[in-house]
Amino acid sequence: MENILAFIFENKEPIFAIILSIFLGIEVISHVPAVLHTPLMSGANAIHGVVIIGAIIVMGHAETTLSMILGFIAVVLGTLNVVGGFVVTDRMLEMFKKKKK
Amino acid sequence: MIGTYILEISYIIASVFFIFGLKMLSHPETARRGNFIAAVGMGMAILFTILFHTKDEQHIGNIGYIIAALIIGTIIGWVIAKRVRMTAMPQLVSFFNGMGGACAALISLMEFPHLAHGGLYTQMFSGEVLDILLGLVIGSISFAGSMIAFGKLNGNIGDLRIKWLRYVNIGFLVIIVGFIAFVMSMGEVDPSQIMGWIYLLLGIALFYGVLFVMPIGGADMPVVISLLNSFTGVAAATGGFLYHNQAMLTGGILVGSAGTILTVLMCKAMNRSLLNVIVGVFGGGGPAADQVAGSIKEITLSDASILLSYSKKVVIVPGYGLAVAQAQHLCHELENHLEDKGVEVRYAIHPVAGRMPGHMNVLLAEADVSYDKLIEMDNINPDLPNTDVVVIIGANDVVNPAAETDPSSPIYGMPIIKASEAKNVIVMKRGMGKGYAAIENMLFFHDKTRMLFGDAKATLQKLVNEVKSL
Repeated sequence: MENILAFIFENKEPIFAIILSIFLGIEVISHVPAVLHTPLMSGANAIHGVVIIGAIIVMGHAETTLSMILGFIAVVLGTLNVVGGFVVTDRMLEMFKKKKK
Repeated sequence: MIGTYILEISYIIASVFFIFGLKMLSHPETARRGNFIAAVGMGMAILFTILFHTKDEQHIGNIGYIIAALIIGTIIGWVIAKRVRMTAMPQLVSFFNGMGGACAALISLMEFPHLAHGGLYTQMFSGEVLDILLGLVIGSISFAGSMIAFGKLNGNIGDLRIKWLRYVNIGFLVIIVGFIAFVMSMGEVDPSQIMGWIYLLLGIALFYGVLFVMPIGGADMPVVISLLNSFTGVAAATGGFLYHNQAMLTGGILVGSAGTILTVLMCKAMNRSLLNVIVGVFGGGGPAADQVAGSIKEITLSDASILLSYSKKVVIVPGYGLAVAQAQHLCHELENHLEDKGVEVRYAIHPVAGRMPGHMNVLLAEADVSYDKLIEMDNINPDLPNTDVVVIIGANDVVNPAAETDPSSPIYGMPIIKASEAKNVIVMKRGMGKGYAAIENMLFFHDKTRMLFGDAKATLQKLVNEVKSL
């Protein structure tokens, strides 16, 4: 029991950030028009590509060949998520913009 | 040390950029800039991590390989994203989402052996272990599920409608939770010695991801992708927790919660609960055949073209079928020819039309349909009684009056486009097949309704030719 309490205490800042981020995510999105659902999903999809940072950290401290290979794959996949996600979202939104004139 | 300060500050700025980006993405005027701002935040976080990140006083190594991997990922991602057809957008989002999930799972897989932090043994009953295992499980489910969703939308994988599969799925979920508890109860162990168990857990989670999406119908894929999107967000956040990385934490949780809300909004637009979508399999078969009054009446192409050409107001209701047939360009062509003849043409967009909410808008925008011609359901409905012809192309459930009149119908309560209130209705349909909800559509038997059977693309082409020659 003390173990768990200590863990929460030691991580109180990230836990705080998590709770606030949950409310923020709900708040930011709740008034979005249906027209933007698809681009929004795609944009959010690109943002969780931030996981790439973790992949870079692992890769940056990898020592064995196996972890080098896995790290390399992780970085490639993460980049796919980030770059593909942002580019595709931009492509979708570009079409909306052009037509608005 | 100064590098560490800069790095931490850059993460805070990146988090703010993500929040602003997401906020701007939810307004039509600012959406594109929002996407760009989020991308800038991401680029900054990546660059500064490579430059300044240290672990135990050690800077990031293997920089050559990291940059090579970044370049490879960028080229592949860029080319795919630029080349893919707009109709294939949903499966592409699913694909990229799966990549993120796989990335999160790989991080957990590689960090697990390092749990002892240089020591030999570590206590398995800890928050850190739980965090890593959750990242592994959620990331793998998201990856496997997204790949199946991709395959389904791409038409490579069919539905697996087996009723008992849901019990198997619940069983698997229990096994995964039990497995995590089992690993955490191992006490003081050398983490690198129990990797066999971890790989087994990975396998189970991947398998569960496949089973989770298999029974869900193709039309429900958008909801599933949105859900898996928020899964990947949570998986990314577990990584942020592990590294005490603010950017990963904020970005991940933000997407996790926003994705969940988006999923709920999508379900609401279809008047279904999230549980209903996940458990899948619609209930009864709808009204029995003897309740169906009236009969199916077909219309010839020339009659249809005359009817359209001599109308004042025409409303087109595009649906899933139009997206599948990729007939949006022809649709726009028809619109142009009719406008030339002085007919006012508009489009009625149901919130869940297409393969994703808002997908129809993107598709029609691609075909150069002007933005102000796309009218949302709530705004077009009051004007339908003054409309001469409603042309329904490949839509079914979104115009089914049963949603309003038949309390026993599975779609009862779903808002619909009230096509039956118009003076005439033309329905373009491949055949008499039922919609996704597998219920009869009374609109097709209505006195005002005329059917035009055939593939949406081929039929539209013929209709365009007829209208042109008039």
